[in-house]
Amino acid sequence: MGSLTSGVLRRLVLAAAALMVAAAGAAADTTVKWLHIEVNPAQVKIWEEVARAYEAAHPGVKVEMQFLENEAYKAKLPTILQSKDRPHIIYSWAGGVLKAQIEAGVLEDITDQVKGYSDTITPAALAAFTQNGRVYGLPIALSQVGFLYNKVLLAKANVDPAQIKAWDDLLAAVTALKAAGLTPIVVGGADKWPLHFYWTHLAVRIGGRAAFDAALRGENGGFEGETFQKSGELFKQLVDLQPFQNGFLGFKNPQAVGYFGDGKAAMTLAISTVYHLQRALAADKVGLGEDKIGWFDFPVVPGGKGEPTDTLGGITGWLITKGAPKEATDFLEFFISKDVQTKLATGNFLIPVVKGAEVGLNNAFMKQIADNLAKSNYHQNFYDQSLGPSVGRVVNDVTAEIAGGSMTPQQAATAIQAAWKQGN
Amino acid sequence: MRGYSGAPLLATAESSPWLLARRSISDGRFAVLVLFLPPALLLFTLFVVLPIGEAAWYSGFNWNGFGRPTAWIGLDNYRFVLETRAFWLALRNNGLIIAVSLLIQLPLALTLALILAERFRGVVALRMLFFLPYILAEIATGLIFSFVYDGDYGLVASIWHWFGAEAPHLLANTQTAMVAVLLVIVWKYFGFHMMLYIAALQGMDRSLIEAARIDGATRPQLLRYVVIPTLYPTIRLSVFFSIVGSLQLFDLVMPLTRGGPADSSNTLVTFLYNNGISRMRVGYGSAIGVILFVICVTFAFTYKRWFMRDE
Repeated sequence: MGSLTSGVLRRLVLAAAALMVAAAGAAADTTVKWLHIEVNPAQVKIWEEVARAYEAAHPGVKVEMQFLENEAYKAKLPTILQSKDRPHIIYSWAGGVLKAQIEAGVLEDITDQVKGYSDTITPAALAAFTQNGRVYGLPIALSQVGFLYNKVLLAKANVDPAQIKAWDDLLAAVTALKAAGLTPIVVGGADKWPLHFYWTHLAVRIGGRAAFDAALRGENGGFEGETFQKSGELFKQLVDLQPFQNGFLGFKNPQAVGYFGDGKAAMTLAISTVYHLQRALAADKVGLGEDKIGWFDFPVVPGGKGEPTDTLGGITGWLITKGAPKEATDFLEFFISKDVQTKLATGNFLIPVVKGAEVGLNNAFMKQIADNLAKSNYHQNFYDQSLGPSVGRVVNDVTAEIAGGSMTPQQAATAIQAAWKQGN
Repeated sequence: MRGYSGAPLLATAESSPWLLARRSISDGRFAVLVLFLPPALLLFTLFVVLPIGEAAWYSGFNWNGFGRPTAWIGLDNYRFVLETRAFWLALRNNGLIIAVSLLIQLPLALTLALILAERFRGVVALRMLFFLPYILAEIATGLIFSFVYDGDYGLVASIWHWFGAEAPHLLANTQTAMVAVLLVIVWKYFGFHMMLYIAALQGMDRSLIEAARIDGATRPQLLRYVVIPTLYPTIRLSVFFSIVGSLQLFDLVMPLTRGGPADSSNTLVTFLYNNGISRMRVGYGSAIGVILFVICVTFAFTYKRWFMRDE
């Protein structure tokens, strides 16, 4: 008899243990699926650490990171978003693409969940992810487009970067660099969007915010108007000097950034994050050190209506997709907290969007960019994002065509306006 | 399968449909139909007929792929496609691929096949060598050749540098990008066609050749009047594969050029991807798809009717 009771007891204990295991299993069921496109391993490592820290503080929640390459991500997104197995957190450049996603109802309205917390974020950055007062995502970083230069190469050609203030100064610098037998500018022309920076930033300088808003309303000839024609013409002036590396239309952006990091070209018009990214993509993984790399803002166009402080750049962030668990938003709040943002700022990975986190910036370059962005009254989001996927790609196409000499500035402006009219 | 018991029955004149059906049921033909037709028909409908119908339906909308399509614009998408310069470039490129396949690739494959169908030392190794590119995945091939063509570090560049010249960036130039792509296509697919011909040559009745030899045919005559005519069915098949393959070409071009620069190396399918999918213009993309479908179907049916009637 004794052996029987002990047998029953043992079974009971086993059953209880099994139940506990099952309960623990149920609690661990929440997995936050997070899709990113970051290629800088140093930054991904910090993200991983943040994810693991969140998991440690929230037992039962697992954060799963998934990666897609930039171009592949853009192409697959509509399909991904409408599948049942969609990730909960996705990357976004805001703008027209975000608008299309909101209208399609594939994003979660997180206004109520982030109430209170959202006050800690720079209002302009948060506004990029807000539509009709509803919040669909959270910004993580700001960036500015400008010229990065190689101090050694510029010195070789006796070009003083501090003197490149106006568009003609840039043209003169290119001529001087060419005369010195150097490659003036490297650009990832195969990806097209690195070329669209020129055309867009010229438009920002020439027409300012007013011209862009008017074009959106279809006034002043829309994108066929004077501002945009002139942007193309000035860009053509640069193109005619043949400033880019040989075969630039075949270079993908990471290749071009690596080329700059290898010290083979004097300048590159790039997003401020390239300052650090060039190291990871250089052939020797060292790239240009702090003493060899510098920055100047995009030159002004004399007589232009834009302010010299106006900036072109990105507002990037994370969106929560429809039906994502509450934990996804909770994780984002953790991820975009002052602590983590300060840590990322300290590593100089980004210009933070959380108020007060900029104290982490300990690098003169990043401080300068943060300062520029703080002073900017008009921060234009990348055209290929703000105009939506369809028209945006046409902007990229035509700028690449101007650069390749297969389209005139007039044809380019006409093509954009035609795409705008066809709509999306 | 002519020997199947149902076939002769069908041919008999006096068998009425009713009788036929009864006999079919009794000999199990009907059961075979009921059992085997529906799964195939279902799959075909589900994965071929429905998507084609859907594409045709979507092509009438201005739709970005989110939610349900609502903005009906009739045939506008077709007009937009035909007004796009890149579409005509893509069509021209497809034409180029077909021309190169027929005029360079097939003769090359046939010549090699005639040599390698013989038995001699090392013939199997040679056949394998020529067939290898076909086994390589398209994406991998594209990547490998994007390195080969690289104007700074590639194989082509080092050949140029060896002669002391500055290497061109073949893939970055609107004049040369398509030529470079065509070269890769020939390199990749000639082995496949060569194998088709070798198989046909080996299946050939040797007594035909012996008979011709006894009749005093010279080697060129043998080729011209005996070997090549017996290869006609295979040649027709190989031409068919070449043309259909060229119309479907996509994954080789993407890693090489993505259809660029300035759309100079797009095929119809990369054009569809770049302008339909990447831009979230599903309606426009569907219109391209429908046009491509019409081209393929028209080709397939006319070709079958004109050239492959007997097979």
